[in-house]
Amino acid sequence: MAQPVSSNGKYVLEVKNLSVFYGDFEAVTNVNLNIERNKITAIIGPSGCGKSTLLRALNRMNELVPGTGVSGEVLFNGQNLYASHVDPVEVRYRIGMVFQKPNPFPKSIYENIAWGARIHGYKGNMDELVEFSLRQAALWEEVKDKLDQSGLALSGGQQQRLCIARALAVQPQVILMDEPASSLDPLATLKIEELMHELKKNYTIVIVTHNMQQAARASDYTAMMMLNGGETRSGTMIEFNQTSIIFTRPKDKRTEGYVTGRFG
Amino acid sequence: MATLNNGYRASKPDLRRRPRLSETIIQSLLFLAGFLSIFTTIGIVYELGKEALLFFQTPEVNLLAFLTSTQWQPHINKFGILPLVNATLMTTAMAMLIAIPLGLGVAIYLSEYASTRVRNLLKPILEVLAGIPTIVYGYFALTFMTPLLRSIFGRDVVEIYNTASAGLVMGILILPLITSMTEDALNAVPHSLRAAAYGLGATKLEVAVKIVLPAAISGIAAAVIVGLSRAIGETMIVAVAAGAGPNFTLNPFKGAETMTGHIVRISGGDLSYDSIDYNSIFAIGLLLFFITLTLNILSQQIVRRFREVYE
Amino acid sequence: MNRKPVFQFKDNLASRNRSGLTWRLVFQASTIVGILALTALLFNILNQTFGYTAYEARVDPDSLALNGVSLEEQTKAQLIQVLQTRISSGAFNKLEKDKPFAERSRQEVYDLIYDRVVKYKAVAIWPLWDSLMRPAEIKQTVAQDFPTAKLGFVSWISADFLRRQQSSDPVLAGVRTALLGSLWTIAITILAAFPLGVGAAIYLEEYASDNWLNRLIRTNINNLAGVPSIIYGILGLAIFVRTLEKVTSGALFGFVDPTTANGRTILSAGLTLALLVLPLIIINAQEAIRAVPVSLRRASYGLGATKWQTVWAHVLPNALPGILTGAILAISRAIGETAPLVVIGASTYITFDPNSPFSKFTTLPIQIYQWTSRPQDEFRFLAAAAILVLLALLLSLNAVAVLLRNRFSRRW
Repeated sequence: MAQPVSSNGKYVLEVKNLSVFYGDFEAVTNVNLNIERNKITAIIGPSGCGKSTLLRALNRMNELVPGTGVSGEVLFNGQNLYASHVDPVEVRYRIGMVFQKPNPFPKSIYENIAWGARIHGYKGNMDELVEFSLRQAALWEEVKDKLDQSGLALSGGQQQRLCIARALAVQPQVILMDEPASSLDPLATLKIEELMHELKKNYTIVIVTHNMQQAARASDYTAMMMLNGGETRSGTMIEFNQTSIIFTRPKDKRTEGYVTGRFG
Repeated sequence: MATLNNGYRASKPDLRRRPRLSETIIQSLLFLAGFLSIFTTIGIVYELGKEALLFFQTPEVNLLAFLTSTQWQPHINKFGILPLVNATLMTTAMAMLIAIPLGLGVAIYLSEYASTRVRNLLKPILEVLAGIPTIVYGYFALTFMTPLLRSIFGRDVVEIYNTASAGLVMGILILPLITSMTEDALNAVPHSLRAAAYGLGATKLEVAVKIVLPAAISGIAAAVIVGLSRAIGETMIVAVAAGAGPNFTLNPFKGAETMTGHIVRISGGDLSYDSIDYNSIFAIGLLLFFITLTLNILSQQIVRRFREVYE
Repeated sequence: MNRKPVFQFKDNLASRNRSGLTWRLVFQASTIVGILALTALLFNILNQTFGYTAYEARVDPDSLALNGVSLEEQTKAQLIQVLQTRISSGAFNKLEKDKPFAERSRQEVYDLIYDRVVKYKAVAIWPLWDSLMRPAEIKQTVAQDFPTAKLGFVSWISADFLRRQQSSDPVLAGVRTALLGSLWTIAITILAAFPLGVGAAIYLEEYASDNWLNRLIRTNINNLAGVPSIIYGILGLAIFVRTLEKVTSGALFGFVDPTTANGRTILSAGLTLALLVLPLIIINAQEAIRAVPVSLRRASYGLGATKWQTVWAHVLPNALPGILTGAILAISRAIGETAPLVVIGASTYITFDPNSPFSKFTTLPIQIYQWTSRPQDEFRFLAAAAILVLLALLLSLNAVAVLLRNRFSRRW
């Protein structure tokens, strides 16, 4: 991945015939999905349908669970992430991740941001990078006077924005967010959504959410996932379109049922 | 108790508190069982203190010389504990030199690198190592480690009884203890922290050494302190392999007697009560008790603080 | 904030991966060193348990054949006859007085002949490794240096080794006394420590409220678990051996044995070890009791059961496998303990079986310690064989613990 920043091409990520396995169990079957640059793509669907599994497969985080495997391809700027010569470390460096529960390191706020940049060989002005990342995550004003305090001392919403700032500090192209607001209160959730809107000018965001309103409010595209009805209980994508279409005139009956059932 | 048909519904049940004698007796007995541990501690402090006091009251002994003299020669009335403490420190240092780096290495390997299969294979081996009686390690030190050292460094350099051999084998003895406590501490680090670091593009080593290890540092410190306390109190290895006779030397290839080794040698014979030798083992024991007690309390404090961070 | 500033990162992945690999190898190497240490330990013991031994007999056993019947095939009466002709009548009468020959088994008489008449003596010993690698050389050495000696491949651990008593002659020495001593001591330890330990655990988990006294007890138990075992030895010496001498020597119960008229008895040893393992038993039992779900207790209280009824009928039965497993592990620790028993005064040399809690005692680890401390090679081999016996004992105990855990383990 010598040349990561190629801003040509409409799609940052192209998922082709992707299936994800845990051992013999096929958790996600045959997903095809294109993620457009500088847009927010939401993945929605009922619990246990493989949304998070799909998301983790986009930066090879799923490999941390022993026994996982994939078939198919995920193209990142045209390169297959699962090609044998690709280093997963490099993949996660370019495609960052924010997790369901805020998970700051038990280090200072400053160190939380600086750590990732430091391991990737950042030699520039660290203070500048920390301030920039925290500003981008709309956290700077709240923490600028206590950068040496533990990240764990912040509130849940602040912690999550710290985690977003941490992800931004290594300058990824794509940020994967796994239900980033599910453990937060409505006000903190709103803040995160506003932040996402701001961030998409510079980043591409893929977000998993079980909150229909959030998907409708915040995303440009929406992918609907569902368990296929077969014996295997494997998740698959049943519909993908602009968010406005998914929520107003979905083509698939199941999408309509899910969206309206939860929505109305 | 009223019978079922007339008493159960007809009359008002008696809800008054009744004294339950058997319950009270049982509870008292159980309390005594729990309280026995306090007696044990009091017993240790009282008995050690009493005899140690007798030791210091004998005219030949004075506290200052006890703590500062480098000679322990009862037959010429020299009672300086430094040679014993020095030998204890030497064997302990040697043991920690082996056990800390190896223990950390094994623990990191088991917790961060090894597959489940390898882990399931290795952990029982650790348990076996931990369950082997220390006298067996003593035998190992004398019949394996000492000849090994002598063949490496020369028979003129390494004495048959030496602190190096005892210290090295003590390191092997403490290795499983430090490994398992460290591994527990590493495992207690929440998985989400590892995920966060991997998500930033960290390599396995960076996750293990820069995120997990610092997060577990207090648990690891506790493990090291417990290991230290265990090494200081360890007896049979030094009794068999470190040598008899208090000897103030910094040469690890020479024989020297540790505090514990001295107690074992002195009490091994038919010791007559009220002799100065008999009293002296209590004085040494008291010192040993306070050193290990301090270390244990310290490690518990550290563990307690560690818990507060994550739970 | 619309324009994103450029932050320069250095492409350093190659060197990061290199150091990752290096350290991975370091961690693996530590693990391998640990395994090697265990292997060396076990090899070292096995190496000195088997091997060629050259031994000489004062009287060749083949020459003791009676009317062409070899020693192995002789009846008891024939063996007695052989013995009588080979030792002085005074010695024979003394043996008769110690224990009449009518009461001795054939095996005992047979042993006596080897002990008193044949008198094997090991003149040279080779460890297993040498015996396997260069047997020819060994045979040559024996032929040259010990022309009268017999060379045999000997297993120092054997049925005879278990059956024989302590002896100053390494060829004839066995661990019977020490093994019985260990069993007696452990029996006392279990009797004292198990009920007390479980009782204390029940108190702490089910009854104790959160006040300073109970917190003190808890902290204290944790601290006691870390006290070096030799300190317990000193405590046992002061309390059981000296202060309670009347009790531990048996004098209080009218048990007067001139050889054991002091407190250095099995009872003192067992009680000392009980104090030593008590904290371990309590801590393990507490964990087992804590694992019993609260819902079970609530169900019992809901039926109007008292606290003790609840504990006895529901909590204890469900916690028992865990309690037993923990107790067995604690007992294993006690069986292997040496230092405290040396301090309270284990006997260095006894040749009779212990037959009461007031007997003098020696135990397996003590026996190993003594044999290891002797300068002669033969005793190293005896020590190695005794270590194998001790490890076998511990291994079977641990196997029982594992079985218990698997058989009764229950998922809540």
